[in-house]
This record gives sequence, C-alpha cells and structure tokens, in this order.
Amino acid sequence: MKRYFSEIYTGGKSLVLGLGVTMKALVSPIVTVQYPREEIDISSNFRGHIDLVLDPKKNNSVCITCGMCQRSCPSECITVQGKKEEGKKKKTLALFELDFTKCSLCGTCVEVCPTQALEFSNEYNLAAFSKEAFHFDILKRLEDRRT
Amino acid sequence: METISILPPELIRMFIAVIVIITFLFLNGIMMGYAERKIAGHVQRRPGPMEVGFHGILQMIVDGVKLLAKELIIPINVDRNLFRIAPLLSFTPVILPLLVIPFSEKLQARDLNLGLLLIVTMGSINVMALLVGGWGSNNKYSMFGAMRAVAQCIAYEIPILLSMLAVILMTNTFSLKGIVGAQENIWFIVLQPIAFLIYIISGVAETNRAPFDLPEAESELTAGFHTEYSGMGFSLFFLAEYTNMFIVASVATVLFLGGWHGPPLPYGEYLGIVWFFLKVYFLLFLMIMVRWTYPRVRFDQLMNFAWKYLIPFALVNLFITAVVVKL
Repeated sequence: MKRYFSEIYTGGKSLVLGLGVTMKALVSPIVTVQYPREEIDISSNFRGHIDLVLDPKKNNSVCITCGMCQRSCPSECITVQGKKEEGKKKKTLALFELDFTKCSLCGTCVEVCPTQALEFSNEYNLAAFSKEAFHFDILKRLEDRRT
Repeated sequence: METISILPPELIRMFIAVIVIITFLFLNGIMMGYAERKIAGHVQRRPGPMEVGFHGILQMIVDGVKLLAKELIIPINVDRNLFRIAPLLSFTPVILPLLVIPFSEKLQARDLNLGLLLIVTMGSINVMALLVGGWGSNNKYSMFGAMRAVAQCIAYEIPILLSMLAVILMTNTFSLKGIVGAQENIWFIVLQPIAFLIYIISGVAETNRAPFDLPEAESELTAGFHTEYSGMGFSLFFLAEYTNMFIVASVATVLFLGGWHGPPLPYGEYLGIVWFFLKVYFLLFLMIMVRWTYPRVRFDQLMNFAWKYLIPFALVNLFITAVVVKL
C-alpha cells in the first residue's frame, strides 16, 4: 500500500518535471537553420568533388599530367589528357574531366598526386535534372578562377 | 418578412446556432492544427510551418485545400458502406455536444436539463466510428487500432463519469448552465481538485491523444484505424479529433473552471465568452504540451492506470463528496 502511494508521488513528480523541460524548450530560441535563406559556413574538411589547385605564383595548375589520379581512381571517373605544346619541354594539361555520378569521394586521387595539384572543393549545393550535369570539366572550373 | 414570420423563432435560432457551430468547428480545427504544429516545432526547437503566409499562418488552409482536392481512395477488399460511413459517423456526433455548451450566460444554443448526459453519449459514439472505420478497412492494423480504441474508451469512460458525478452531486443538476451558475463564488477546481485531475487525464485518453494514442500509434500500427483513409475521409477523422479535444476542454471549463465567470466585462452576458475561450484554449495548450512531452504508454500500463489508479481514486472522491454533501 505504501508502495502504491509512493509510486503515484514519484510518477506524478516526474511527469511535472518532464512538462517543465518541454516548457523550457518551448520558449528557448530555435537552433535549426532555415536552409535556403540561411546558410552556415562549410567546414574546411568538407569533401566535395575534386578541384585543381590554383597555384598563386604560376596563376595556373601545378598538374604535370602524369595521369596517376586517373589510374588510381577505383571508379574510373577521372579523365586526364595532356598535350605537347611547341617550345615547351613538358606536357600541359588539356583536359581534366570528372564523372561525379561515379565518384565515391574516396580521395585516392588527392593523396596520390605527386605535385599536390588536387583538392576537395566546398561545393555541396549539387542538384540537376540530368546525369550529364554531373560530368564536370574541372579544367574549365580552374580557368574560371584564374585572374 | 412574410416567410420569416411564419417560421417558429426557435427554429431560426437553432438554424443559426448550428451554422455558427459548424463554422466554428472548422475554424477550431484549423487553429488547433496550426497551434499543434507550431508548438511541436518550438518544443523541438525548430520553427514549425514557416513558408505559407506570415510564419506559416495559412499552412492549414493550404493543407485543407489539398485534402479536399485529394481522391478518396477506397481499397478493393474493404466493406465499402462501412468504410464510407465511418468518417461521417465520427464527425457528425461531435456537433451535437457543442449545442448544449454555454459559451457565455446568453450564448448557448439550447440549455438541456440533461446536457451533460448528451455530451457523454455523443462522446461515446465517436468510439463506434473508430470501430466501424477499423473494421471496414479490412486491414489488421486498422482492426487492432479499432479494438484498442474500444478497450481504452470502456476503461476511461468510467473515471470520466465518476469525476463528473462528483460535481453533479454538488450542484444537483445535469444542466451545464446550472453547473456554471453554481460556481459564481468558487470554482469547483478548488473543491474537487482530484476529480479535475482525473477528468483531464481520462479526457486526454478519451480523445485518443498522446500519451494515450494507442489506437492510432504511428510507429506500431501505421496510424491505426485511419491507415486506409485519404482526402476528406481522413480530414473528417482529424477534425473530429480536434473537436473532441475542444469538447473535453470546454466540459472541463464548465465543470471545474467556472465556465464564463471571470473578472467582470462590459456586456458580461455575452462577453463572458472571452473568459470561457481563454480557459478552454489554456487547457488545449496543456493537452498539446502533454502530447509533445510524454512517450506513448504500453497497453497494459494504459489499462492498469485506468483500473488501478483512476477508478479507485474517483470512487473514493465520489464517496467523500457524497458524505460531505449529505452533511
């Protein structure tokens, strides 16, 4: 009998305390971000699709078109082509394409690059109506960033 | 003028009252739906509906249009007649109790001297609708939901009646107007706190709301008795639930919180409705908070709670009331 009443007391007390917790939450400020109108900064460790690094000194990529990234890619989504230009010893980068529909963001290409010419971008707003929209021309993205 | 004068004035009065009540019923559904979603949002520290209109205030209207425009799908193997009748059976009886509720001293469609009994009776028909809907759906989850609703309502109808009876013993009348009138000096919540608590708990259970929402438990029964309903069928159940909540809260206001009584207002005979609505919506706010605070009870806990706690307490309370009134 004693237990019966003490259960009512402790139960009732915990119910009132619980209601207090939600009441407090009701009046505390909102913590969610209203996405299309507000955006939070992306962490610098965010792994978007790969991008070519823009070397500030050369104002160009440091890629030597060795093709290591293309060979090491497990999903075979990178296409690199170089071309020999007149009067230059080394090949220059002519084509760098990424098929992002296959990419698993493993980062092997970034790790394997001998000249650290690749990095992860901060692009996260990716949405499109066709597959082809995700065949990125990485070289063109670099050209756009060049000054 | 000729046609109006040959109609009995009482008929016109009732006609107007019914129209006003049905309009109010839809309005209440919209407001409660919005409040529910907004409060749920803020309890979980998100803003709730924000897109349609200022702070999402038109969201429920847009949803209503969507539900109206949606097809009422009738699955192949259901009992077609019962399946169609159930939402109507759920919605129609909730209009009648509102006819006897005294919103203020003069704003009452009809003062029946058995008003409280009418409300209790109509409240019970809602369970019938859930059973018909659950059975008619020919779906084991709906059937389970319906069965649970019946078991739950049988269990919780008793404490509700017993707690009401404690008040009736003190006022000697079933007329809601009479009960409110008897509370001019002191609200019955002061004299009958236990009965009030029992009434509110069983009222929440009676309207099948969380933490007693076993008939429509989303996670275990996939919305229970209204799994198969879409469009207007679903929204009638939904409106009936919100109206039932309103009825439970207004009966609590009438029985325990002094109805239209409050600090005096000009035209108090009519404006008492302000106090009435303040009290009702405070109780409804509490019911919404309860829903978003407590987890759903297990079925055995639900039954134990009614039979082991609420009913003995209600009986003892009734007995003490009877003795005190007799003295």
